Amino acid sequence: MKSSAMRDLMAITERPEVISLAGGLPDTSTFPPESLAALTAKMAATGAARALQYAPTEGMAAAKACIAEVMAAEDTPVDPEDILVTTGGQQVIDLVCKTLVDPGDVVVAEAPTYPGAVPTFMSYQADVVQIAMDDDGMRVDELEATLDRLDTEGRRPKFIYTIPNFQNPAGVTLSLPRRRRLVEVAKERELLVLEDNPYGLLRYEGDPLPTLHALDRGEFVIYLGTFSKILSPGIRIGWTTAPAPVLEKMNLGKQGADLCSSAFSQMFVASYFEHDHWQDYLQSLRDLYRRRRDTMLDALAEYFPREASWTRPQGGLFIWATLPDYIDTTDLLARALSHNVAFVPGRAAYLDGRGANSMRLNFSGVSDDDIRDGIRRIGEVVREQVDLYGTLTGSASAAAGAGDPSAPDPDLADVLHLPPRPSPGRRTDAR
Amino acid sequence: MSRVAVLKGGGSLERQVSLRSGARVEDALQRLGHEVIPIDVGGDLVARLRAEAPDVAFVAMHGRDGEDGTVQELLEILGIPYTASGVSACMRCADKVLAKHAMTDAGLPTPAFYSFTETAFKELGAAEALGAIEERLEFPIVVKPADQGSALGVKFAQSPADVAPALVAAFSYSHKVLLERHVHGRELAVSILGDEPLPVVEAVPREEDFYDFSARYTIGRTSFVCPAQLGDALTERAQSLALDVFRLLGCRGFARVDVMLEEGTDQLQVLEVNAIPGLTETSLLPMAADAADIDFDELVSRIVEMALQPV
Repeated sequence: MKSSAMRDLMAITERPEVISLAGGLPDTSTFPPESLAALTAKMAATGAARALQYAPTEGMAAAKACIAEVMAAEDTPVDPEDILVTTGGQQVIDLVCKTLVDPGDVVVAEAPTYPGAVPTFMSYQADVVQIAMDDDGMRVDELEATLDRLDTEGRRPKFIYTIPNFQNPAGVTLSLPRRRRLVEVAKERELLVLEDNPYGLLRYEGDPLPTLHALDRGEFVIYLGTFSKILSPGIRIGWTTAPAPVLEKMNLGKQGADLCSSAFSQMFVASYFEHDHWQDYLQSLRDLYRRRRDTMLDALAEYFPREASWTRPQGGLFIWATLPDYIDTTDLLARALSHNVAFVPGRAAYLDGRGANSMRLNFSGVSDDDIRDGIRRIGEVVREQVDLYGTLTGSASAAAGAGDPSAPDPDLADVLHLPPRPSPGRRTDAR
Repeated sequence: MSRVAVLKGGGSLERQVSLRSGARVEDALQRLGHEVIPIDVGGDLVARLRAEAPDVAFVAMHGRDGEDGTVQELLEILGIPYTASGVSACMRCADKVLAKHAMTDAGLPTPAFYSFTETAFKELGAAEALGAIEERLEFPIVVKPADQGSALGVKFAQSPADVAPALVAAFSYSHKVLLERHVHGRELAVSILGDEPLPVVEAVPREEDFYDFSARYTIGRTSFVCPAQLGDALTERAQSLALDVFRLLGCRGFARVDVMLEEGTDQLQVLEVNAIPGLTETSLLPMAADAADIDFDELVSRIVEMALQPV
């Protein structure tokens, strides 16, 4: 495990006085407690014994029917027989590694990648090769070049890990041409792709894009879904559908890991889909998170110095901001914490030490006031650092010197080069 | 048997390590038959200490507030005896610059250094002096926050271009930073218990060329050798130097003195003194005590006894 410094710093973000933009939390306070009570009562009335019992390893039929309904909403038809219900989406990543990865095997991921997958990859001692992204998601041309290079080294990746929609942490979305090409590459080279899609239904603007699984009809794509972001992460219900031999092995792996996912939770899902309108709740989440995203984008434009840049996600939970390269966001977090505000330092999303000048900001789990206040506080410490660097290097602002903001980060090319949105006259840089 | 309040956690950046030190101390105190009052230090500290009225406070805090004299001052006001160093010694140890000046004035060896506040750069044009500093210290230069425990924010500047980012990083943790001559050699930790030095621990970094914060607290990243293979004469020199520094700064109870053994010259150079070093499963002071046949329970027992003795 790496970077306990960061872990120790993150421990402080949990203190109540800290506005934490470091989480990845959906806002569960929006789920009506009376609905929870009513659903649980109905469950108890009709199936108490089953809810308290073990479930089949592959999952309960009633829960799988709900999963098929969610996947249909993403235009990704699936036979419920081909679904494995898991304990959160995270377990899918773990089971895929357990099934496929031996120590030293190559796993291809995006740069940056989901920070929560990093410890999983590390615990299976995978050699993770990260592929740069831009505005249109993973650079598939770079992926192909990398696969060629690995090929000459006689190394064949076990799978390609991607979050095509509103990527965590970068917030970008894989474009349709690249989706098509990625699926072709997988087929040509007979490589498995793990498509992690927790946020696909949390789109706030633009048209939905087909899932990789739908494009490939499940031939080489292992699909990961979850109820965490559309219902509740507390129930710990995710799922996967995968090519048959892989799914079979994952099933065996799951038996070894935890026998089955909670019957109680699966019946809760079934009860919820039967008695409530999940699409309505989802719409309410979309409306809420869209507003919070806009609040954060506005706050960034108002409070972050011009040397900073950030992504503008069409959905999901995160914005990825990048600062001049002389600022290390792990150190910056220490200063931010003294102002009672937190974010995830960019290094957490890389396995190779890159990402030092970036940060992940969450807007879904924080109130509008806290988003504004949090971004203002981070903006202040960033500005202090930028000014200090200017003083140290004798340049009035960081426009000169090592942190040339016009030079895009080679790791993330265009993604990090989105100019701040002009703010509607609230900026006070006339001082 | 006593009622012992274990003060731990707090809002310092070393909160997590402190919670682990505290938990381990609590277990030991319980085994020793004491009544333990665990307190995660926060806004209600004074109220809780008043309400609980412990016989003694075991300060298992690291970094800001717990190790810099702040909590000690409160305990003085409340009249509660507490473990380890008093207010002024904590202040001297927590501020590396103050500690280094005291050592220099007393003729004890510490690497050459210069220190500045953020104000000096912002308002007094200290940046103009960086060139002269770089010339005198020679690269690589170590840049550190003045009052951050652990190795957080410590950077090596290999060339002039690295100095500004390193200073920006260090100022993330503190309003005062120091630029220090880099001493290349072996890293030694000499712990003091009561007025006796314990066997010397040598830290041997495995992966990186720098003994960093995560290595300090993660099993497997750094190997430790205790007692360090130094030979009798060097061991004695290191222990006697550590004891001199411990006394110079007015420490009490226990502390850990970090020393470099410079390659080539065999000179010892004191880097810093930790007034409340870690007490976790992987910490160096308990390791040194163990090498002296003092197990953790006995260590905790002695530390509490010393706190209860009239000064």
